[in-house]
Amino acid sequence: MVELVLFLPAAALALAGALGVVTARRPVHSALALLAVLVALACLYLLLWAPFVAVLQVIVYAGAIVVLFLFVIMLLHMQPGEPPGEDLRLQRPTAVALGALFLVGLAAVVSGGRSAAPAVRPPAAAPPTPGFGSPEAVGQALFTRFLLPVELAALILLIGMVGAVVLAKGALAVRVPSPAARPTEAAEAEGEARAPEAVAAP
Amino acid sequence: MAELAWTIPLWPLLGWLLLGVAGGRLPRPLPGVLASALVGVAFLASVAGAATYPGTPQARTLSPWIAAGAFRADVALLVDPLALVMALVVTGVGFVIHVYSIGYMADDPRAATYFAYLNLFTAAMLLLVLARNLLVLFVGWELVGLCSYLLIGFWFTRERAAAAGRKAFVVNRIGDAAFLLGVLLLWTQAGTLDLAALNARAEMLDPSLVFSAGVLLFAGATGKSAQLPLYTWLPDAMEGPTPVSALIHAATMVTAGVYLVARLYPLFAHPGTLAVVGTVGALTALFAATVALREWDLKRVLAYSTISQLGYMFLALGVLAPSAGIFHLTTHAFFKALLFLAAGSVMHAMHDVIDMRRLGGLWAPLRVTALAFLVGALALAGVPPFAGFVSKDLILERAWEHALAGGGLVAGLLLAMGVLTAFVTAVYITRAALYTFAGALPPDAHPHEAPPVMTVPMGVLALLSVAGGVLGARWAGAPLLAALAAVFEGALGHAAPAHAPLGLLVPALSTVVALGGLATGWWLHRDRREPALGWFGRAAEQHWGLLPLYDGLLVPAARRAALLLAGPVDQGVVDRAVNAVGGAAVAVAGALRRLQTGYVRQYALLLLAGTILVMAYWVVR
Amino acid sequence: MTVPLAYYLVLGAALFAIGMTGVLVRRNALVVFMAIELMLNSVNLTFVAFARALGTLDGQLAVVFTIVVAGVEVVVGLALIVEIFRARRSVNLDEVHLLRG
Repeated sequence: MVELVLFLPAAALALAGALGVVTARRPVHSALALLAVLVALACLYLLLWAPFVAVLQVIVYAGAIVVLFLFVIMLLHMQPGEPPGEDLRLQRPTAVALGALFLVGLAAVVSGGRSAAPAVRPPAAAPPTPGFGSPEAVGQALFTRFLLPVELAALILLIGMVGAVVLAKGALAVRVPSPAARPTEAAEAEGEARAPEAVAAP
Repeated sequence: MAELAWTIPLWPLLGWLLLGVAGGRLPRPLPGVLASALVGVAFLASVAGAATYPGTPQARTLSPWIAAGAFRADVALLVDPLALVMALVVTGVGFVIHVYSIGYMADDPRAATYFAYLNLFTAAMLLLVLARNLLVLFVGWELVGLCSYLLIGFWFTRERAAAAGRKAFVVNRIGDAAFLLGVLLLWTQAGTLDLAALNARAEMLDPSLVFSAGVLLFAGATGKSAQLPLYTWLPDAMEGPTPVSALIHAATMVTAGVYLVARLYPLFAHPGTLAVVGTVGALTALFAATVALREWDLKRVLAYSTISQLGYMFLALGVLAPSAGIFHLTTHAFFKALLFLAAGSVMHAMHDVIDMRRLGGLWAPLRVTALAFLVGALALAGVPPFAGFVSKDLILERAWEHALAGGGLVAGLLLAMGVLTAFVTAVYITRAALYTFAGALPPDAHPHEAPPVMTVPMGVLALLSVAGGVLGARWAGAPLLAALAAVFEGALGHAAPAHAPLGLLVPALSTVVALGGLATGWWLHRDRREPALGWFGRAAEQHWGLLPLYDGLLVPAARRAALLLAGPVDQGVVDRAVNAVGGAAVAVAGALRRLQTGYVRQYALLLLAGTILVMAYWVVR
Repeated sequence: MTVPLAYYLVLGAALFAIGMTGVLVRRNALVVFMAIELMLNSVNLTFVAFARALGTLDGQLAVVFTIVVAGVEVVVGLALIVEIFRARRSVNLDEVHLLRG
C-alpha cells in the first residue's frame, strides 16, 4: 500500500518529464525535463530495493551527463524551436501513430495480457533479504562474478576519453589557437594554413 | 609391349599440343618432321599391339568421366582385331601422308598450324576406333568432323574453301543428329553404351528397336561417309590441301561410318537394317560412279570415286560380309590415298591447275607421278593382281553368295549394281588418266617432278596397292580376314549364309568387267574426245535429279527457316524476353531506390515499422 | 510486491515509446540524443524491476554497466555533434543526407 503511494507520483513525474523532453521548444527545457525523469527513476530504483543503482543514477546520469548536455547546448548557442528548413512530410503523424501502436503492443506483451506471449509474471516474490541491492552486495558481485566486464568497462572509458580528446582537438589539422586568440573563423583558416606543421603540434 | 597399345592415341595428341603452342616458333621443316615422327611412333605402338594381341579383346579405362544416377560412361579404350586393323591403317597411311605433307606444304606460312590440325585429327580418329563405349566414340566422331572443317577451310581467305568447310560441318551435323538419336534410343532401351555389352545383348532387344536404332546410327554414318543423301560435302571438301583429301577424305575419316557399322555389327544384323545399309551403299556406289564420269576437276573425280567405293564397303556390310568390307576399306586406303597424292603432285607441278581440260601430256615430265597414278588407277579399276581387285572381287563374291542363299530379288539387284559400278569405275578412271597424262602438254606449262619427300611416300603406297591383296588372298591364308573373323563370328554365327563355293566364276567376271571398262574408257576418250552420252550424260551431270532438288528446294527452304529462327524467333522472342528481365530488374531497382532518401529519421521510422510487424506476428501467433 | 511488476514494465514501455517517438519527430540533434537517453533509462528501469522480481542482483549490475557505457556514449556523441556543428554551423539532422540513393 505504502509502495503504491510512493510509486504513483514518481511514475507520473517520469511520464511528464518524458513528454517534456520530447515536446519542449527550447533545448534547455528538454534537458531539464530529462533531469526530472532521471530523478523520478532514481526514486523508483529506491522503491525496488536498488539503493546503489539509485545513487549511481543521480551522481553519474543526472550529475554528469545532463550537465554535459547543458554545456554543449549553451556552447552551441542553439535557437529555440526546430532548426530552420522544410520538414519531412508525413513524418510527424506517421511517427506518432506508429509510436502509439508500438506502445500498445509492447504494453500488451509486457503485462502478460496475451496468452501466446510468454507470461511476464515471475513468481510472486517475498521481500528480499536485507542487504539486497546494497553497495556491499553489488560490490561483491562486481569484483567476483563481473570482474571481466569491469575491466572492459574501464577500457571503454579510456577509449571514450581518448576519442573525445582527439575529436575536440581535431585529428591532424592544427587547431591550437595562437596566444592572441582570434574569433573562430580566422582561427580555423589559420589552422588549416598551418596544417603541414601538424605533427609538431602538441 | 602390350601396354603400348593404350598409348596409341596419345602420341599425335601430344603433337597437336606441342605444335599448337610452340609450332610457329620452330624452324621450317621441324613441325612436319615432329608431326610425322609422332604418328610414326603411334604406328609402331599399333604394330606392337597387334603383335602381342592375346587373342581376346582387351579393355582399359583411362579415366572416369560421367557418373550421373544410373548412367556411367568412362574414358575407356578397347583393343581387338578390328580396332587394331583400323589403327594400323590410320597410323600407317597417316604417317606416309604426313611425310608427303612436309614437301607439299613446304612453302606455306601456316604449315605448323596445318600439322597441328593433322595430328589432332589423327588422335581423334584413333580415339574413335579404339573407343570402348558409344560416348567416347562420339567424341572422336565429332572431333574428326571439327578437324575436317578446320582443314578443308585451311586456306580460309578463299571464300570457296571457307564455304566448303561450313558445308561439310553442316551436312555432317544433320547426320550427327540422327546418330545422337540412335545413341539415346539404345541407352533408354538397352541401358548401356558399352560397345561390347551392346553387341552381347543385341539378340535380346526388341527387334523394332534394333531396327530403328540401326537406321538412325546408319543415318549418322551416311553423313560421315558421304553416302546418299548426305554426300554433297565431300566433293566440295576438295578445296582443302590435297594431303588432307588423301588422309581424311579417302582413307580415314570417311571410313568412320563403315567402322561404326562393323563395330556394332550384331546390332545391325537385323534383316531390315541390312537391307537398308546394302541398298544405300549399292545405289550410292553406282550413282557416284556415273557422276564421276562427267566431272572435269581431277580431285572431284577422285572424290566421287571415294563416295562410290565407300558404297561398296556398305554393300559388303549389307550382304553379311563385314570382313570383306573392312578389307576393302584397307586396300582402298592404299590406292585412293595414292591417287590423291599423285593428283597433288600434278597440282604441285602445274601451279594448282586441276581442271583436266587444262592438263595433258604429263606422262613424260612427271614419270614417277604418272606411274603412281597408273598403279592406283589399276587397283581402283579392279585389275588383277592389284589389291583393289582382290578386295572388290571378294565383295562381289559374297554378294553373289548372299543372293544365292535366299537374299531374293533385292540381293540380286545389289549384285547387279555392284558389277555395273565396277564397269563404270574403270571407265572414269581411264578417262581421268588419259586427260591428265596423255596427249600434249599445255602451251605454257613447265612441270617438274616432285621432290623425294613426296615421291617416296607415293612409292610406298604404290607398293601396298600392288601387294596389299595378299592380306585377303585365299592362297596366302587371308591373314586379315582370319584375324577379323573372330570379331564377327558372334553376329554371323546365327545369320551366316551357306557357303557355296563358286570357284573362279566371280574373279573371272570381275576381271572381264574391269578390262572391258578400261577398254571402253580408252575408246570413248582417246585423243581427248568428249562423247555426249545423250540423256545419260545430262542426267549424270544433274546428279540424277538431286542437284536441282537440293539447290532448288531443300537448301533455300533451310535457309529461309534459319532466317526465320534467327530473326523473329531469336531476336524477337528470346532476346526480348531476356532484355525484359533486365529491364524489370532495372525498374524494380529504380523503384526501390526511392527508399534511400538519406534522411536518418525516415530510416528510423522504417525500423520502427518493421519492428512492429515482427512484434505483431509474434503476438498473433 | 504490493506494486505489481507489470506496472513497472508498462511504465518502462511507455517511456521507451515516448523516447522513440521523440527520436523520429524532432530535428534537433541534441534533443534526439536526449530522447535516446530516455530510451536507455527505460530499459534500465526494466532491468531493475526484474532484478527485484527474480531476487537476483544481475539486473542491477546490468544497469551499472549500462550507465557506464551510456556515459561514454554521450561523451563521444556530443564531441561528434560539436565537430559537425563547427563544420556546418547547424545541428539539423535532415541536412545529413549525403547517402541518398
